[in-house]
Amino acid sequence: MTSMPEPVGRLLDAALVGELTVVRRDGRPITYPLIPLWDGERIYLTSSVLFSRKLDHVKGNPRVSLSLTDPVALGDQPGRATIQGTARVIEDDPHGGWERLMPIWERKEPAIVSFLKARVALPLFFERALIEIEPARVLFWPDGQTTKAPQVVDLLGEAA
Amino acid sequence: MTATLERPTDPRPAGDRLDRLPPTDHMTARTGLEKLATYPFVVLTWVGDDGFPVSVASEARVDAEGGSVSFDPPGGLAVPTDRDVSVTGSHIRPQPGYGYDERRHVTVWGRVTTSHDGELTLAGASAWGWDEAEVPFFEYSERNVARARTYFDALSAERGTPVRPKLSFGFLTLRATRLPFLSATVIPTVLGVLVAAVAAPVDLWLALITVVGGSLVHLGLNVANDVFDTTQGADELNVTPTQYSGGSRVIQYGLVSIRRMALISAAFYAGAVAIGLYLLATVPSAALLVIGVAGIVVSIGYTAPPLKLVYRGLGEIAVAAGFGPLMVLGAYVVQTGGTLAWEPFVASVPVAILVALILYANEIPDRRSDAKAGKRTLPVRWSKEAVIHWYGASVVAAFGIVPVGIVLGILPWPTIIALAGIPLARKVYRGLWQTYDQPYVLMGYLGTNVRLHMTVGALLIVAYLAVVAVGALVADVPMYLSLLGG
Repeated sequence: MTSMPEPVGRLLDAALVGELTVVRRDGRPITYPLIPLWDGERIYLTSSVLFSRKLDHVKGNPRVSLSLTDPVALGDQPGRATIQGTARVIEDDPHGGWERLMPIWERKEPAIVSFLKARVALPLFFERALIEIEPARVLFWPDGQTTKAPQVVDLLGEAA
Repeated sequence: MTATLERPTDPRPAGDRLDRLPPTDHMTARTGLEKLATYPFVVLTWVGDDGFPVSVASEARVDAEGGSVSFDPPGGLAVPTDRDVSVTGSHIRPQPGYGYDERRHVTVWGRVTTSHDGELTLAGASAWGWDEAEVPFFEYSERNVARARTYFDALSAERGTPVRPKLSFGFLTLRATRLPFLSATVIPTVLGVLVAAVAAPVDLWLALITVVGGSLVHLGLNVANDVFDTTQGADELNVTPTQYSGGSRVIQYGLVSIRRMALISAAFYAGAVAIGLYLLATVPSAALLVIGVAGIVVSIGYTAPPLKLVYRGLGEIAVAAGFGPLMVLGAYVVQTGGTLAWEPFVASVPVAILVALILYANEIPDRRSDAKAGKRTLPVRWSKEAVIHWYGASVVAAFGIVPVGIVLGILPWPTIIALAGIPLARKVYRGLWQTYDQPYVLMGYLGTNVRLHMTVGALLIVAYLAVVAVGALVADVPMYLSLLGG
């Protein structure tokens, strides 16, 4: 198994937002901007139960992609990437199971700690499920120019 | 109470009513394209032949009027023309040390065609998105509460055991009972005790029991209010609740069942009745009996059928009476053995008006959902101008009664310090004009409005403490004016 290309890992580490695309029952893609949380092996996204339709889509079709496209949200890094992978929903404990990812989340959004302390104000927002993505393939545009063909890295096989 | 719960005004389950809330994230393709035109680039997405979504950033040329968006073909990737493709714009503004803000996104779906020169054009067919500048995050969340309930119902069915959202016991108690609002009870009951203390020593045990009894009525009212506003649909329809309005939401959020809330409310009222009976046994008094019964009736009848005082535009009067004269006079007669007087009544008037103004102002952000639920509060019935002018006139009356009472020799002159609350009233009055239609900005002024009541109440208490202390320590210091020869 090939590891995530280092420049793409840097994008994942920096990204304040990425675009998660899942496939609806009717076959159409639907895209949700979310904070990607990268632990070096898998990509995690969290979804409040308030906005849980995406979880239904993932359960119905685990093939997803996460794109990192906005230079502003990527700390002005020039690269762009789309990571395709297989996702699963982790919802053993919507109340607190997702909190194991708080250290990564806090690095990107420090205010989340104080929001969580005040969870009484919006309790359903902090009932959350995790979407865990096992990356399978990466499309990478090192200079962000998508009119050029991307570098394609098959993480489950060899580089193309 | 239980009988009423079995005959809800709206027979549809609460979740069904929530589902009927107008969606905020669906829009026409044209609106979606107009929004898309504001993004510096878009993300083009389709589902590849292998079933995985493919996303590519691209610079787009939007023709909203023509209903399309064009872009150059991405390098090395074939955009399919036989299936729907989406175009997404997404924006945040990073805030170092905090996270980000200015969240907005929009997606437009449609089929793509290729022109002779290779340019791709998507004809917009449908769209969705969210812009927190248009629909604030809290409102957006409230509009999705039904989705959360659907999620938990599905998870419960999957596991074969109920799965529900949780809050710690402390937070849940705080939220379900709206405990911080107990100041509205503590202030008038303590004031009533202190007015009585001017003439005779206070029975501290009875004073404590009085405060506890009043608090139980108040907590029973708060919880019953949630129960009856739920059965009558007002809380479900409210998508802009604030920490001061729209109820505790614990029923809507699935944190506590409506049945349990009804039982909790009944328990609070039972405790209050028990204390009332104890006080009556200790201080046999027809006045106390009348005040106690009136307090319970007004409290339950506030939202409960058949009275539904707040639904008939009588909520302010009910609140003013309950948290003003009834509580002040109740605490007073417990101390005086049943004797009534004008002084506790006059002292209660500023507190009564200002507590009614808390409800009155809190009804402003709720007025649209209240109107849909048939809750004909004053802000539902009146124009913005009328609502704010009435607020101003009421504040003038609340503060005006103090010097009048002093001049008439009814109130002790130290109560003049209550006028120190005027700047807070001015701040709220101005804030209402500025933020009447912005519930989440208005929330700050609603908080100031609560502080106004607490401040004036606390100042009156301090004034009476001073009067009692001076009376105990120094004889013959006149605390009441006799300008009119009284």
